[in-house]
Amino acid sequence: MPVLKGKELRIVGFLCNWCSYGGADTAGVGRFNQPTDLRIIRVPCSGRIDPLFVVKALMNGADGVLVSGCHPRDCHYAEGNFYARRRLEIMQRFLPVLGYEAERFEYTWVSASEGQRWQQVVASFTDQIHKLGPAPKIIGPQAADTLNQMAAAL
Amino acid sequence: MKFQEELKDSIRKALPDLDVVLGWCGSFDPLHATPHFIRREEDIDKLEISPLSVHNLATYLPGLRGKKVGIVVKGCDSRSVVELLQENLINREDITIFGFPCTGVVDQAKIKKALGHAGNVRTCDISDSAIVIQTEDKAHSLTLTQMLADKCRTCRYPDAIISDYFVGDKIGEPAPLETDYAALEAFESLSVPERFGYWLKELDRCIRCYACRSACPLCVCRDHCAAESRDPHWLSQENNVRDKVMFQVIHAYHMAGRCTECGECQRACPVDIPVLMLKQKMNREIRDIFQYEAGVDPEATPPLLSFNMEEENITEKEW
Repeated sequence: MPVLKGKELRIVGFLCNWCSYGGADTAGVGRFNQPTDLRIIRVPCSGRIDPLFVVKALMNGADGVLVSGCHPRDCHYAEGNFYARRRLEIMQRFLPVLGYEAERFEYTWVSASEGQRWQQVVASFTDQIHKLGPAPKIIGPQAADTLNQMAAAL
Repeated sequence: MKFQEELKDSIRKALPDLDVVLGWCGSFDPLHATPHFIRREEDIDKLEISPLSVHNLATYLPGLRGKKVGIVVKGCDSRSVVELLQENLINREDITIFGFPCTGVVDQAKIKKALGHAGNVRTCDISDSAIVIQTEDKAHSLTLTQMLADKCRTCRYPDAIISDYFVGDKIGEPAPLETDYAALEAFESLSVPERFGYWLKELDRCIRCYACRSACPLCVCRDHCAAESRDPHWLSQENNVRDKVMFQVIHAYHMAGRCTECGECQRACPVDIPVLMLKQKMNREIRDIFQYEAGVDPEATPPLLSFNMEEENITEKEW
């Protein structure tokens, strides 16, 4: 894969069942090449996504988090993504104070027919995360390294 | 305080119709106050209002729901009351609010730092500009404005926003001693690893006592708190910094659009972790996106409980 010259990173994707999951499926059926860093979790609606999922994922070793749902006005449950938009926007703006780059998290809208757009979203988001590099790890084998780095920065 | 007698008179007038009135009284030493529950006429005389009246008594209100409760509030406390009313966590007809013009409360952490390990406090005299503290070996004279809590240095609501009885003259809109969020902005200018490391370092000493949660007037989930839930298992019982940071993020996020920045979380922290900063960050973003401030209008709809089809201040990423 051209976007994937280095090592793979771990990106978690939360996709709504009705649009984006279908969109990812369409991309697969259409055999569009995609980077393979993304692991998908299917949820009923983008409104189901507690923004704390994002932080929890980052703290447990993810390097990036992508949320995707139906386009506004297209939600299967009429208004789930409107609420999600407010919540996720706040979380994205909140992340920097914790010491995570805001770019480690993005939310977007992809409909079931937009296989091409899905490919583009995955490719550019993966690229964005690779530019940032791995997120600091506070658990697991790299935790000690992180703590040393942090001690040096302070 | 000048209006203290006037306040006692209004409490005396209202007490026959109330089960309890919440106020403050002296504590184990002259430097501290403690919440005071006035149930009988003779309790009224113990009431003391001073810059030591730091506690936000609104924290008790949801637990006393169903009783007729009177509450003495500072300006910041009244915002918590408004927020509780807004969320239907208390009934307006059950509470009687006593307001007074607040000139700020002290930050005990700052006093502790200024005194060092001073031993027992003998006397504490507070005038308009100074606090004179007599400890066992010497007298310390501290400037009151420097000992004020940070929230008081940026205060915009010294008078109770809602009240049934208001004693003394309203202050109106004061000129804050500091600009809002100056410390937050300084923190945000640090590098990414510095910010990340800061929280690891600060929260490492957290003992998970959850005093921040207990003191918070808007933490109302009681036995259903996400911190203790096993399903979903947000936090483990392990002693690691990850779960400590995660709890603070959960607290800040559950306060999004509700927090009135009364600072009780930070004041209650036994190891002085600056947890209020996370809530301030959340609040500032909400102010920027939705032009919304919590706890000023009992009729307002919180921003996360509503939406617009087209959001003015949210621009989505173009891929």
